[in-house]
Amino acid sequence: MFSELFLEYYDYWFIIILMIVGMYGMIMKKNLVKKIIGLTIFQMGIILFYVASAVKWKATVPIYTPSVPNTEIANYINPLPHTLMLTAIVVGVATLGVAFALLIMIYNRYKTLHEPELLERMK
Amino acid sequence: MIIRNLPAIIPLLFLAAALLIPLINLLKKNSAFSIAVFVSLLASVVSGYGLYYVDTNETIRYSFGGWQPPIGIEYVYDRLAAFVALVINVISLIVITHSLKAVKEELSDREMPYYAITMLLLCGLNGIVLTGDIFNLYVFVEISSLAGYALIAVGEERSPFAAFRYLLIGTIGASLYLLGVGFLFIMTGTLNMINLAQILPSINETPTVIVAVTLMVSGIGIKTAIFPMHGWLPDSYTYAPSTTSALIAPIGTKVGAYVLFRLLFFIFGIDYFSRILPVGDLIAFFASAGIIFGSIMAIAQKELKRMLAYSSVAQIGYIALGIGLANPLGFIGAVLHVLNHAFMKACLFLIAANLRINEGHSDISKFDIKLGKKYPWTFAAFTIAALSMIGLPPMAGFFSKWYLVLATIDSKAWFYLGVILLSSLLNAVYFFRILERIYMKKYSSDEIKEEVVFAGNPNKYEGGLSLLIPVVLLAAGIIVLGLFNASIVSLINRMIS
Repeated sequence: MFSELFLEYYDYWFIIILMIVGMYGMIMKKNLVKKIIGLTIFQMGIILFYVASAVKWKATVPIYTPSVPNTEIANYINPLPHTLMLTAIVVGVATLGVAFALLIMIYNRYKTLHEPELLERMK
Repeated sequence: MIIRNLPAIIPLLFLAAALLIPLINLLKKNSAFSIAVFVSLLASVVSGYGLYYVDTNETIRYSFGGWQPPIGIEYVYDRLAAFVALVINVISLIVITHSLKAVKEELSDREMPYYAITMLLLCGLNGIVLTGDIFNLYVFVEISSLAGYALIAVGEERSPFAAFRYLLIGTIGASLYLLGVGFLFIMTGTLNMINLAQILPSINETPTVIVAVTLMVSGIGIKTAIFPMHGWLPDSYTYAPSTTSALIAPIGTKVGAYVLFRLLFFIFGIDYFSRILPVGDLIAFFASAGIIFGSIMAIAQKELKRMLAYSSVAQIGYIALGIGLANPLGFIGAVLHVLNHAFMKACLFLIAANLRINEGHSDISKFDIKLGKKYPWTFAAFTIAALSMIGLPPMAGFFSKWYLVLATIDSKAWFYLGVILLSSLLNAVYFFRILERIYMKKYSSDEIKEEVVFAGNPNKYEGGLSLLIPVVLLAAGIIVLGLFNASIVSLINRMIS
């Protein structure tokens, strides 16, 4: 039963590990750029989760063709998770842009991105 | 028929304004402020009419691009959404009207981008309220948050770091919510809120749905700053520009509370989160911890804006407590407190802004009777807002606390009753501390000479009518809302019937 849990859902285990790595980076790393890298890895985990949930073997793209009977929904992949993730990727890019803009502001003011040093200089 | 398009009009108004402000500014300099005021006035009028329409007629459902729900994205304009949208737009109108001098003072040459991003923030907040699609909600949460990070980061010297911390925590919150949406979508195959509410009762005890609820509530809890997840709030509110604090503190976190209303009361249902899962108990527990913690931290602060920030943590606790109690009275108290707290906090933050513009500081230890005499109207408004926060009738704050107290009695939660009563006492401590300084604190003998000079030179308008009128208006609003609370409560009652 346990081997089934690991082997059949190995992609989800991979995603969980990815999200933990991202979370670790955000919390434990002292450099602010590394924190942002952790944030991106965390977001990628969620994007992969959606994509993994839409996997369907022996199915085709959701475009109607006469060769595949459209009465059989099982023959088509659900396109919605992919579409949603396109939006989520765009949101992620925007977040990254704002985050880097903030880092530039912080660096211009304190000349460092190392968190303990930053907190020291802010006193 | 324009009324059928109402749900789409309000966010699109702000989105169009966000794009138009930079363009029009190329042709005509310094036009950003007037466009922002005009658009938020228009949005307030439209959402006021919308509330009247949906209350007397029926819910407006607008499907984008003609795609019928549940396939397409749908906007639902029901009584709750209309009510919260009206609160957002009226508060933002008042705060933006006040902002002219504050923005000039604090962000001399960055006026245009500031107003453009403010419009984007309001587009996001209105979108969150009006959308009927849980994924679309995520997108609007991110729009409003990203605009919020930018608006916070242009404040005092330490503000970029506060904004960066908020960004990290806020993105985790939004990501957790997105993950929860994924679980729900896998289980149900739909993202439409009304459709979800129909499908969920048959599968709501499966582990997947339980995980989804946990993720979504904790994600939104971070955005709402419910107690152990409030860490980003005090720094962000303190170091942000005055206008940003006055805009985000009253309505930003309230919209998070609105998402919790929508999720728990309308999608999952009262029975589910109070009887099947202990989500309500957990929220109520953390909320009461937040109420006590926020009030005690507020007492310890020496700076007015920081004190108000911690008091926000406590006040959000009241709203969350109303949600967690999971009975109709708690719902009334929570929704009423969204309205009342928006008025009180906007009024108090604007007063802090006025003090910073006129006096250059908002340091509580420097407050004395001289300041009180110099700004009689400002501090009259402050007193009204403070008494309302403490919960004295007939101020508005009393009535939301009254319904919360009734809700705790209704569900026999005596512990929470004690928390509300104790926190009123703590509120009294930190507000009377200031009132005592302003109205009673004697000054030393050499200061009296200054007073004599000052008496011959009365400051008639306390730093200008543009700063004073919004504050007085909000203070009057607090009393009016208190006096007319019966009709508001009956409106809230119609939301859940």
